[in-house]
Amino acid sequence: MTTSTGIPKQIEELLLTHRRDFLKSAGLFAVTFAAGAGPLATEAAAQGPGPYPDPDFHQLDSWIVIHDNNTATFYVGKTDLGQGTGTSFRQLMADELDIAFDRTTCIMGSTDTTVDQGGSGGSTAMERDSWPMRRAAAEARRALLEMASARFAVPVDQLSLSDAVISVKADPSKHVTYGELIAGKKFNVTLTGANVNVVTGIAKVKPVQALKYTGQSPQRDDIPAKVDGSMKWAVDVKLPNMVHARNVKPPYACAKLTSIDESSVRNLPGFIKVVSKSNYVAVVCEREEQAIRAARQLKTTWEKPATAPFPASEDLFTYMRSATPTSTANPVVLGKPDDAFSSAAKVIEAEYEIPYQGHTAFAGAHATADPSNGQMTIYSNDMKSYGMRNGVATFLGMPRDRVRVVWMQGPQGFGRTAADDAACEAAWIAREIGRPVRIQWMRDEETAWDTKGPAFVVKIRGALDSAGNLVSYDYNARSCDYNHLGYNEPDTVLVAQLMGSRRAKPATGSSEIPSDMYAVPNRRMTREVVSLPIVWETPLRTGNLRDPNGPQSTFAAESFIDELAAAAKADPVDFRMKMLTASTADDAGFRRARSIAVLKAVAELYGWNPRPSPKPLSNANVLSGRGVAYSFRGQTIVGVIAEVEVNRQTGHVWAKRLACAHDCGLVVNPQSLRHTLECAMLHGLSRALHEEVQFNTEKVTSVDWVSHPTLRHADVPERIDIVLVNGDPNPNRPDLPPYGAGEAALKPMLAAIANAIHDATGVRIRRVPFRDARVLAALKAARAAVA
Amino acid sequence: MSNVNLKVNGSAHTLDIDPTTPLLYILRNDLGLQGPHFGCGLGQCGACTVIINGAAVRSCVLPISAVKGEITTLEGLSSSGHLHPLQQAWIDEQAPQCGFCQNGQIMTAKAMLDKIPHPSDAQIRETMNNTLCRCMSYYRVQAAIKRAAKVIAEARPDTGKEVAA
Repeated sequence: MTTSTGIPKQIEELLLTHRRDFLKSAGLFAVTFAAGAGPLATEAAAQGPGPYPDPDFHQLDSWIVIHDNNTATFYVGKTDLGQGTGTSFRQLMADELDIAFDRTTCIMGSTDTTVDQGGSGGSTAMERDSWPMRRAAAEARRALLEMASARFAVPVDQLSLSDAVISVKADPSKHVTYGELIAGKKFNVTLTGANVNVVTGIAKVKPVQALKYTGQSPQRDDIPAKVDGSMKWAVDVKLPNMVHARNVKPPYACAKLTSIDESSVRNLPGFIKVVSKSNYVAVVCEREEQAIRAARQLKTTWEKPATAPFPASEDLFTYMRSATPTSTANPVVLGKPDDAFSSAAKVIEAEYEIPYQGHTAFAGAHATADPSNGQMTIYSNDMKSYGMRNGVATFLGMPRDRVRVVWMQGPQGFGRTAADDAACEAAWIAREIGRPVRIQWMRDEETAWDTKGPAFVVKIRGALDSAGNLVSYDYNARSCDYNHLGYNEPDTVLVAQLMGSRRAKPATGSSEIPSDMYAVPNRRMTREVVSLPIVWETPLRTGNLRDPNGPQSTFAAESFIDELAAAAKADPVDFRMKMLTASTADDAGFRRARSIAVLKAVAELYGWNPRPSPKPLSNANVLSGRGVAYSFRGQTIVGVIAEVEVNRQTGHVWAKRLACAHDCGLVVNPQSLRHTLECAMLHGLSRALHEEVQFNTEKVTSVDWVSHPTLRHADVPERIDIVLVNGDPNPNRPDLPPYGAGEAALKPMLAAIANAIHDATGVRIRRVPFRDARVLAALKAARAAVA
Repeated sequence: MSNVNLKVNGSAHTLDIDPTTPLLYILRNDLGLQGPHFGCGLGQCGACTVIINGAAVRSCVLPISAVKGEITTLEGLSSSGHLHPLQQAWIDEQAPQCGFCQNGQIMTAKAMLDKIPHPSDAQIRETMNNTLCRCMSYYRVQAAIKRAAKVIAEARPDTGKEVAA
């Protein structure tokens, strides 16, 4: 038991189960149950009344606890959705603290035990949030050296330090461990800095060259428990007296509840109660399967809205083109684009369409809420647990310090859990009935009603001079994103909307311009947002989906660059390289120089043979081609090349090979990074080939894995190559810091696949996704199909 | 309600339960075996997979009354504290991203390798094709399956040499 941390034992058991072996050997954790034991293993006792004050990020003790046995626990305000960030934090902090990596553990994302760093999102883990962790660890090292200096009565510079043992240089028989120095005490060191992102002690962090664990690939500590079944996920929480709830969603979008017939379920086994407010309805039963059955069986009547809440999905882009924008950002203008168009040798124009794409998380939204003793503890996989704590407190009208969120593992986040409905629902129902409540969304509910990535229509014109140079570029991206949801907002989360909440001023939403470093002399780039007819209580409400607008804008922009290259009869890599090298101006992060290096690296990795696209059409039934695309997300630069096979009889596209060059500055854990990039590329492939939210004018009709297909094993490339360009290619410049890596490799994938299909077939597909039927129709239209 | 007898991972259980209850909820909520997960409740994704009579079965759509034979869950794969070669291969390859689907990946692969010890790439793709992952860890999962198949073959004295060659 780590009494000094103040973590209640039952919470610690939940949080640390997967670190059981380490903690047991380190004497940190009194194991009270056998591995693989029965239900009691996850049963947490009812909570005390709180309060649960925020850990003070200005206190070093909030970040690091050194234990008697010379091990360390790091407390960080992040959540790890499976990309290995928790392991990377340990590497960086172990390095700064000078302690063996294996003697550390990391606790994340629980609001009353870890400082608020916002949880996860936006690929910020290494880029922004690892810095205060490193500075805190460096400060702890400094404080420990001061303690040793006092103990041995020698100056700090007369001490040596290795793996958490401090020795007197002149007399190595005098040595002391960190654990012995601080045994049973706290650091009591106050840090400075206006906010958690800039918090610091006196000590400086180490130069990159002095980092020992950083740059290595220790294995993730969560994986063993995830493969032997012992991991305790947020879905696994059981509490004494706990009941199960399931929602009853409106059968039509934006419908009004007119009646509930409770007698339709009253006699079902285990039935406890129907809970409802305005258009929100849920059923509560003793057992999970009973709640599922009762929610399906409950008879309710609803009134459809007077006007259709949205057009049918096949009419969406027509609707978006004709809609009056709710906002238009000031265009980004360089040079005189219109003049350049009027004197161009060749002008080409294209429009691209990207539908709504969902998160479709692998399991529906879920949470368990414990209302005992006037407090509210929520066990959740919310990637932004701190925002959820604030959101739930406001939603329920409870004091913030009586609400606590215990973050636990869950299915992938990618932004869905940042607008988490289940926690508010569980907490509200728990308070209504006075018992702990576990809720989980069903598959059709999650697929239909989760937050969506916005649909885009992008129109681009380009002007080439007689030498085939791009001399003018006019880009207009229109997204259907009005009333885009924020993070766990108590007035916009779906349950609040269903209960009647309306924000006076809905969020404006956003659109996006391309992310490239091409030197084009004349450019105009316009961003517009349009709205659906009804934006409240709709399954088509938008939220952040893994680089929220990047894949859409990059699909259009990098497809169009390929169209320009083809019009100029230029090799697609050369055409891009020429635009990257046409200027020597760069930004503070050397993004242009790094873009050149990445594009060069991916072409070398793939073995790119320069030639214009498309290939001459052969007589083969299966055509192969390759496509390149490049973009950046923040300071992270990515180039990808896809090699595809297109079946001319079926329209089926298989990405046989993917290559990626990736530069996110300092690489903390190369293996975790590579795996994250593989998965991100395949997520992009899934969005390119399969994913689309479909709906009629009443409801979403893509509701499961058949009607909303996703990438499968058979789609996987036979080969994925990755090169980590790993920082600034110019050795005379200083080391780059770590940048984000959770999203960037997805962004150019859609365009790379479209460009490869064009190279193979000569057919340009400007509408996502490239399902067999769409590709076959395009091939037929171009007389490139084979009957 | 009626008495139902189940044998799971070598242990016998008698439960007084509605016989139409899908096996998944009994494993998770009554027997504390939470390796199998709820993913879709439709038998489409594989998160709930268990092995019965050598076959990978979707426990979310299997009524308890239809269970015939001993059930093996993810928790039952390891023996005497030793991980199954598939589990070890998953660690060696660092296969999962979030890991939520991996019960289905591992259990489906187990049923496959028990029948087809040396699956071809095409057999792996076909057999695993209805076991979904939304983190898209498929590439690593396929690598882990191949690694495990090799380890299992090498542990068999009669076939080890052939495989090593």
